[in-house]
Amino acid sequence: MSDTDTALGAPAERREGREKVTGTARYAAEHTVPGRVHAWPVTAAIACGAVRAIDTTEALRSAGVITVLTHENAPRLADADDPTLAVLQNSRVPHRGWPIALVVAETLEAARAGAAAVRVEYEAQDHDVTLTDSHPGAYVPEEANGGYPGHRERGAPEGAFASAAVRVDAAYRVPPLHNHPMEPHAATAQWDGHRLVVHDSSQGATAVRATLAALFRLPEDQVTVVAEHVGGGFGSKGTARPHVVLAAMAARRTGRPVTVVLPRRFLPALVGHRAPTLHRVRLGADEQGSLTALLHEVTTHTSRIKEFVEQAAVPARVMYASPHSRTTHRVVPLDVPSPSWMRAPGEAPGMFALESAMDELAVALGTDPVELRIANEPDTEPDSGKPFSSRHLVECLREGARRFGWAHRDPHPGPHSSGPLLVGSGVAAAVYPVLIQPSTATARALPNGNFTVRVNATDIGTGARTVLAQVAADALGVPLDRVRTEIGNSDLPSASLAGGSSGTASWGWAVHEACTRLRAGLAEHTGQLPEPGLTASADTAGTADADSDYARHAFGAHFAEVAVDTVTGEVRVRRLLGVYAAGHILNSRTARSQFIGGMTMGLGMALTEGSTMDAAFGDFTESDLAAYHVPVHADVPAVEAHWIDEDDPHLNPMGSKGIGEIGIVGTAAAIGNAVHHATGVRYRELPLTPDRVLTGLPSFMAR
Amino acid sequence: METDTAHPTTGPPDHHHSEITLRVNGKPHTLTVDHRSVLLDVLREDLDLTGAKKGCDHGQCGACTVLVDGRRANSCLLPAVALDGGDITTVEGLGGDGEELHPLQRAFLDRDAFQCGYCTPGQICSAIGALAEAAAGHPSHVTDPGAPAGPPVALDRAEIRERLSGNLCRCGAYPNIVEAVEDVIP
Ligand code: FES
Ligand code: FES
Repeated sequence: MSDTDTALGAPAERREGREKVTGTARYAAEHTVPGRVHAWPVTAAIACGAVRAIDTTEALRSAGVITVLTHENAPRLADADDPTLAVLQNSRVPHRGWPIALVVAETLEAARAGAAAVRVEYEAQDHDVTLTDSHPGAYVPEEANGGYPGHRERGAPEGAFASAAVRVDAAYRVPPLHNHPMEPHAATAQWDGHRLVVHDSSQGATAVRATLAALFRLPEDQVTVVAEHVGGGFGSKGTARPHVVLAAMAARRTGRPVTVVLPRRFLPALVGHRAPTLHRVRLGADEQGSLTALLHEVTTHTSRIKEFVEQAAVPARVMYASPHSRTTHRVVPLDVPSPSWMRAPGEAPGMFALESAMDELAVALGTDPVELRIANEPDTEPDSGKPFSSRHLVECLREGARRFGWAHRDPHPGPHSSGPLLVGSGVAAAVYPVLIQPSTATARALPNGNFTVRVNATDIGTGARTVLAQVAADALGVPLDRVRTEIGNSDLPSASLAGGSSGTASWGWAVHEACTRLRAGLAEHTGQLPEPGLTASADTAGTADADSDYARHAFGAHFAEVAVDTVTGEVRVRRLLGVYAAGHILNSRTARSQFIGGMTMGLGMALTEGSTMDAAFGDFTESDLAAYHVPVHADVPAVEAHWIDEDDPHLNPMGSKGIGEIGIVGTAAAIGNAVHHATGVRYRELPLTPDRVLTGLPSFMAR
Repeated sequence: METDTAHPTTGPPDHHHSEITLRVNGKPHTLTVDHRSVLLDVLREDLDLTGAKKGCDHGQCGACTVLVDGRRANSCLLPAVALDGGDITTVEGLGGDGEELHPLQRAFLDRDAFQCGYCTPGQICSAIGALAEAAAGHPSHVTDPGAPAGPPVALDRAEIRERLSGNLCRCGAYPNIVEAVEDVIP
């Protein structure tokens, strides 16, 4: 069984690949059960206030419309833990884009026309959607997202900064960002008596089942949530979102299976967004470049109904040694849609600011930015004092510098011209925490020599089916093709969501444990297995989520080369290279794709992606894919991902760290730093669109 | 010829509905379509061909790309009633009979040219359309303006990227998609 040894780490091909390239993989809206009808939401056109009257007469008269749900007639839900799910329960409008009606009709066309025929009168109140540094509503939250303390301080940071030999004091701004997975949020719901079956586009069907059971007052075993194929999520499908609640309500009212697909333009207001972050970073260093003070203060917004605080100051607690430090979040509740998780919440915007500031410090010191980072490596995690379970940032920086050809770089900041273009390169570090959640799994040995592994993992594009089969084959000591994995259904053993880069570690741990037990059971068994085979199960509650004595994070280094057009202000990325240290890589093929995908999203964050809260209307101005520019083929040239294999015994049985998010972390800073190297101009607000870049160039200023 | 009556509102033609015939993946279908229906919804809802995806419904993402009379098109922008007699190929119709994959589908597997797979049918149909356009000598934004009109345009990476830029992939599989397309360039 020679292939057994190579099952983990091998570039196994995606198990559902054939379905995906032939178009037979069915996503949540594509379960065409007989009698299925469609629903189209109507959303609020004011930013704050209430619905005074809602007239559905015309909509109900329109051909094909079956019913219109509003707060006046919709099924009553039990209290949701998540206020964003309490849809159609009262007349209040907490933000623009909030659902106020749902039109159910025989066809999509009829539902859409019905939605257009709903007449609404509002009681509008003044709204405030504008985040500023000095907003009087700002407060320091107890906790930021992820359960991190809102504020941390060590030593005397103000004094240390004031007396530092070399100082950087800079403000950065990251605008609101939208996840925009290619599959819009969708659900098909069906009631069979008191049983609810839902196909949902979700990152975690176990949690959606719990939420629906609570909202509709059902025991969990009367709810099944299927998420077999999911067209991306990037955090926005992490927990139940309003569409699945609407679908279940409409199906209950009409007695028909109902599909709700959120129109693309509804996504920014309904599924969460990355909140804007205003950063002030202060770095103080001695003349040799050792940090003496590190202050990262972040101001962000949340909605009126939910406190979600983008934990953007948290990476500064991990990255660099400094005797004096302050990391603080301030949050302002505004009449805006509720923010939520977007790929690397906290780390992505936080590391743009911190890693840009490190670059500014390198320039101020006249030091190479790679060397500056290496010089400030901490011995233990600065904030907690815990030892790192493994930390190979220095190796990532060195290996990246070697592969990128960093040694040939002109150490002085630009302008560096090459024809009409300015060309430069930049570096930034990346970090992402190791998160693991308890899960359960079963493994069964079949009499025919095959194995079935069952776990409610979700494949949102990561290749979960494939990598879990590898974990199982490795633990069982059998060839990969003898293992079948069943995932994506809440009737399977409960498991955590595909989020926080925790999926493979969390599900894999349970799978590994179940398979290890099964292997031991098989060793004791003699003769032919009886039908239906031998089964072992595992529940990692208490072990996978046990507190660790170690600070556990993945690290990485990003290198970028850009060309800046001085006539148009356009920035083009020429090369992007990442080197990661994330434990053992369990599938080199799908891992590479995830790293490259994260870097590509980081490229978008740097150059094209940005949303604006319109102060007058309280709406995101860039709400569809024509206005919100995600990177396209032509924006993405040579992108390379490499890794350093780490042997870290403090993680999980596979020795892996998460890889889904670290690719976006630091990429925007590396590109921004490259733009500075190319132009000599420091742009501190994302994205680096031509208007912003052009008007900042000295050649433009001189005109 | 097969008549589809599966659709609940599909009745006889009237002010708002018309009968059309579409050839889809080689098979003729006579349908009564709502005048508001776009090809994408007819494929997905009436013919149960859900390979073509709806990413935006507005011509902004390319997930719905299919081949109409051999040319790639965003099917979310095409009123079905205007396509009477049209010949449509969707991702489901690319492979040969049975298990056989189109070479580009195989290349997508080999290159791991997708993650979530939602943009994939559109990418594949679009690339097939783009290859045909280049073979027919259609220039793109990055084609050398001095090149003679008519002969096939050679597809380097810049050409492939440019020609596929109407197909968004939020998973960021672009470099792998370009490699997959390169694999099938004759
Ligand atoms: S669904 Fe047609 S272009 Fe997006
Ligand atoms: S593979 Fe997910 S959008 Fe392209």
